[in-house]
Parts: sequence; C-alpha cells; structure tokens
Amino acid sequence: MIKTGSQILWECLEQQGVTTVFGYPGGAILPAYDALKYSNIHHVLVRHEQGATHMADGYARASGRVGVAIATSGPGATNMVTGIATAMLDSSPIVCITGQVGSKLIGSDAFQETDITGVTLPITKHNYLVTHADQVARTISEAFYVASSGRPGPVLVDITKDAQQSTCEFDGKPVKPQLPGYRPDLSPTPEEYKQALELIHSAKRPVILAGHGIILSGAMQEVRTFAERNNIPVGLTLLGLGGFPASHPLSLGMMGMHGEAWLNTTIQEADLLIALGMRFDDRVTGNLKTYAPNAKKIHIEIDRAEVNKNVKVDVALVGDLRAILRELLPKVKSQDRHEWLAYIDRMKGDASVRDIQNLPDNGHLYAAHVINDIWRETLGSDTIIVTDVGQHQMWEAQYFKHEEPRTLITSGGLGTMGFALPAAIGVKAARPEAEVWAVVGDGGFQMTMAELATMVQEKMKVNIAIINNGYLGMVRQWQEFFYDRNYEATPLLSPNFVKLADAYGIRSVAVTQRSEVVPTVQAMRKHTGPVLIDFQVEQEDSVYPMVAAGASLHEMIRRPNPLEETAADA
Amino acid sequence: MLNTFVVYVENKPGVLTRVASLFRRRAFNIDSLTVGRTEKPEVSRMTIVVDADRDQALRVEANLYKLVNVLFVENITSKAAISRDLAMIKVSAKHDARSHVLELANVFRARVVDLAPESLTIEITGGEDKIDGLLEVLRPYGVLEMVRTGIVAMRRGGKSEAASASITSGNGAEPAAGPPPPDDNISYSV
Repeated sequence: MIKTGSQILWECLEQQGVTTVFGYPGGAILPAYDALKYSNIHHVLVRHEQGATHMADGYARASGRVGVAIATSGPGATNMVTGIATAMLDSSPIVCITGQVGSKLIGSDAFQETDITGVTLPITKHNYLVTHADQVARTISEAFYVASSGRPGPVLVDITKDAQQSTCEFDGKPVKPQLPGYRPDLSPTPEEYKQALELIHSAKRPVILAGHGIILSGAMQEVRTFAERNNIPVGLTLLGLGGFPASHPLSLGMMGMHGEAWLNTTIQEADLLIALGMRFDDRVTGNLKTYAPNAKKIHIEIDRAEVNKNVKVDVALVGDLRAILRELLPKVKSQDRHEWLAYIDRMKGDASVRDIQNLPDNGHLYAAHVINDIWRETLGSDTIIVTDVGQHQMWEAQYFKHEEPRTLITSGGLGTMGFALPAAIGVKAARPEAEVWAVVGDGGFQMTMAELATMVQEKMKVNIAIINNGYLGMVRQWQEFFYDRNYEATPLLSPNFVKLADAYGIRSVAVTQRSEVVPTVQAMRKHTGPVLIDFQVEQEDSVYPMVAAGASLHEMIRRPNPLEETAADA
Repeated sequence: MLNTFVVYVENKPGVLTRVASLFRRRAFNIDSLTVGRTEKPEVSRMTIVVDADRDQALRVEANLYKLVNVLFVENITSKAAISRDLAMIKVSAKHDARSHVLELANVFRARVVDLAPESLTIEITGGEDKIDGLLEVLRPYGVLEMVRTGIVAMRRGGKSEAASASITSGNGAEPAAGPPPPDDNISYSV
C-alpha cells in the first residue's frame, strides 16, 4: 500500500508499542501531526519542548519502555537539548522525533532550520536524519532498538518535511534493524568469572556498590540473592535507590557526596568493591587518588567504555548485569562476615537516635521532616517520587526509604533543574494507577512550571510538594561552606504558589508548621485532582554529611550540632 | 606513545563527524586521521593515529565501538604492520642546486613529479621517519610547500582478521550476540 512518511511514522510507533507521545507542533512537523488522525496514539501537548523530553524520560524510567517526544525543527528541536542530555547521562531510553526543513533547503539557513543531528551528536546514543519516506520504517525500528538495548539512551530522529510528505510502498510489516556495527550483547569470559569469584571469596571486608544498572537490567532479585548468600552489605548510588530494599538488613543506603557517613567510611575501609551497574561518578567517589585505597575492585558493567574510566579495576565483567549475576550466582559460596557487618552496624549506631521523628519540634519546619512524613504517609501504597535537583533531592534520597525499583525518578548525572514536574507528568502517563509526587524546590519548579497546564489539560492527579526555602538552596549551601556566605544571586523571589495553582484550578495550600504536614498530606492525597503544597521550610538549612568536591570520601562535613536540627545522618 | 588504529566504518554521511566528535569530546589527541574507500563500497576505512597511553588506548577502542556506525576496530600499534605516509614536497631548486636535490631524492627513492624553472616537486611514500628524513635534508634548499596524507596502515601477512571478518553494511540484521571479539583472530558475523 502506498503511504506517506507521516503515516508510516505513526504506524511504526504503534508497532513499537507506543501509546502516548509528548510533543509540540510546528511548521516542519505539521505533516506528521496531520497524519495523527489515522492513529490511536495519545498526544500530550506540552508547554515547552524541554518538558516533552523530560516527560518521555519520566515515562521511560517509570515503565522501562521507550518514551517518545516530538518537536518541530529549529527552536522546537533545540529546546529538547537539555532533556536529551539528561536522558543520556542517566541512560534513559527515549526517542525524540523532530521535524526538519525540506531536504532541498538543508544547509540554506531556511526558516527554523537547525542542524539538530549535529547539535545532538555528543548527547545522543545515536541519531538519524531521514530525507525520504522509504527510510522512515527502518529508522524508527533502529531508533527504538538502539535506545532500549545495551546501555539505554536517547536517540533522535530528524525527519525532513518532504520525507513526511513523500510516499512509498509500505506493507505494514515490522522492519528489522540493520546495524552491523552495533553489538550491545557482550559477555565475559570464563576466566573473568573465575577471577571475580576468587576475589569475592578471599575478601574479608567486601561491599557491593549498586547503581542504575541493577534497575535497568532488572537484576534486583539477583543482587539480593548475591548479597544475602555471601553476606555482603549493599550501598546504592542515587539512581540505584529502590533497586535494593532500604529496609533490608544489608542495605547501607546511599553513597557519595551526601551519602550516609557509615557507607562512605565502609567504602574507604573495604578490601573489595563489587560495583554493579554503576560508573564511579565523581559524586560517589570523591577524590579518586584516595578512593577505597585498600580495596580490590570488581566492575560488572554493560558499557565497556566505563571500565577503568575513573577507577582502575582488577576484574571487569562486561555485559548485562542480570545475565552475569545469574551465571555467577551458582558458584558464589555462602560466607560468614559477621565481624565486618557488626563493625558497620556499630558505625551506624542506634537507629532510634537517627530517626528524624524523634527529634524535638523546635518550631521550625525542615525539608527532611516533610519528606520523611510523605514517606510515612504513603508507606505501603504504590507511590513514585519524582524529584528535581538540589537540596530537596538529597533529603529525599536520605529520608524517603525506597523499597521498590522505579519508585524514585530523579536527574542524577546531569542534575537538571526543572526536571521534576514534567518528568512526573510522564511518570503519571506511564503509571496512571500509581500515586505520583513531584518533590521540587522553589527554584527548579519555576524553571518548568508552565507544564502545570499540561498536567491539568491531561486531567492528571500529580501531587506537587514544593520545598520552598526562598533560596537556590544547594548553591546557597556551597556559598555558605566555600564562599564565605556570600549569597550572590541565590535569594529567590517566588510568586504566591497557592494563587498560582488556583489560576490553573489546582487545589493548593501552604504549610509552615511541622504539625500541619501530616494532616495536609493526608487531605491532599484524598483529593481526586492535582494538588500543590507549598512547604515553606527553614531557609538556611544544609544537607549533611557532605564530601566537598575534590575531598576524600571519608572527609565529610558533618552537621555542627546534630541534636538541634534535622540530622538523622549524625 | 602513538597508537595506530585501523577502523572500519559504515560508508554513510556524517560518520567521519561522529568519529572526530568522539575524539574531541573525550579529549583524545589525534595525531593523524585518514579515511578512504575499501574493497567494499559500503565500508570505509580509517587509519587513526592517537597519542595515548595503554589505558587510554583501550578507552579509545571501547568508545569507538560505542559508535553505532563503527564496524571494527583494531589497534595495530604492537602488531606487524605496514604503515605509509605520502608527501609532496615543493623545494626550491635553482640551476646550481638542482642536481643535488635530484640526488637526494634518488637516495630516498622519491620521485620528481613536477619540474619548474626554479623548483621541483618531489613525491615520496614511506614510513613517517623516512619522510621526515628527506624533509630534513631538503630544508637547507628551501621547502616552498609541503603536503602529507597522514598514515595509512595495514597488517602484514595473508588476509587480515579485519578483512576476513565479514564486515558488511546494510544487509545485516540483529547485531551478533556473544562475547566481544578477542584481540586476535577476530571473526564475527553480522
């Protein structure tokens, strides 16, 4: 049957199982939008193309499926750049489709022409320029395959206007990807397995460092079995949270710059690091020269370019984490490590002393309390937290105990402010039955709050918790610690968020007292529509502990007086 | 140290940019890069010389493989290989100097490809050292202009692993599964 490139595009998206796309129309993508009438795919109209990419990203992270964002050429495409880079750094599978000027106009600086494949070259896993209808089917097939296989990532498909309009024969059958150079399925050699097992069995003080890869490969159960069988404690990266249950006795929480002190110390004193699907980012290692000085290192990782990039390892097993652990597990012996575990337990100290709820109410409202209360209130229900970037993000990581994978959606690698609200919309689209909270600072919220209208238009119930401290809090904290409290450009004026929400028809309330937190959260959860709670928290609170940039992992700045403030990290 | 990579890529628009962009982005230092056709029309071949230590060289290789259009990478630095650079050197050769210059060219087995009243253009092919050597001795006469192609390299012996690996483009299907090709004796099918 003869079809246009636009018709083929939507049919191929349907073949890939796409039900929802996030986009914004414009001249060069209009033929594709026109052909949407032939498709059952639901199009979510965003308010800014950056939002579309974060929504696709949130959708992908919550569901494990590929998220799709659409924009027009030129400014539509360039507005996607931040979201694409966010997905790239966090290995999130999204496909971005952009319109492009007609193929004969390419290179002529035509109206709304941008070389978007050139612009996104270093921030996509791969990208395509499609100039004829007969390339559409194969390109979409390859784009989805590349985005979702191996180490996932964003793929951009730029389709010229004439490619959307031109026609070709299309029989509706799925087209296989033709990627002779693409080999996502590597696996280790028997010798490498043997070396890894020897290191594991001879270690006295091992620790597992698990990252996003355990969730991406679906290796949660395998990691758990591995840890339990050999009695190895488990530390998580920010993006690994939820991949190993926080309540598990072997869980040590989050590592790194704002990680748990006992875990950072454990890493520094360990004699074996077993890195699973993580990449030794500078935010988790601190100073590389002094990082885990006495430890041998095993790195199980799907991307071989990550091996020996930051930390030199003794054994690298390159391939899919789940497959590798399944191969490894039958050969892993049970080992008694009670001395090592008891030592770590002593470092952790008394759990009840650490419990933030046991600290006296001094009349101040702290972000950590708010987050901890949301956690307690939503305990046991199917809840997904989407954070923005900054102090509230770190408090979320510390005070919300994630038991399940894909329940924390956050921009880790790129640290993209403005991520939370659009990503939460994408999460809700992927998981409509889940309770979705966007936990967001007053700074980041104002970057993408235009998407409130998208949320309302889509009739989505997303609960928005603004952690409002009147500052760009994390930057202010750095200014406090490292720039003599010179609060340059960090005090932040915000609109009246309650009135703002009201303008969109969103139920909203401001909270200033700790005692109001729980009743407000309870009431707002019951409301059937979207809600916004403006938590006006202590303005100059800081996240502890903190490993300063470039410092060794065990050199942590601790809260000056743990009993007085929010410190559960003491 | 200088590492020489032979890289087979799909012959598609933009692939050179992808490779060059990778080197820029990862701050790998390119000494020379040549690209040209191969015996297969759908495949291009690059010879890339990179200043890198051992670990960096492994990372260069791993990162090249991350490019979807890269078919095959081989670091031939420590392998028996022929590497050739081609230079054209325009040297000032007035009447009295001309015979000396011709003699030098002869010694280096270089060819004179153009002759003008006051200059000669010499073409020389060989390893970089040889070309550097000729340049050295010509310099006193006055090198007016010079162009070099950069290294192209090929392993010695019968059909090399790279060439015998069925490097094709455009008719593969699913990428090959299984372990990464070992350093030597590579054969994978796609």
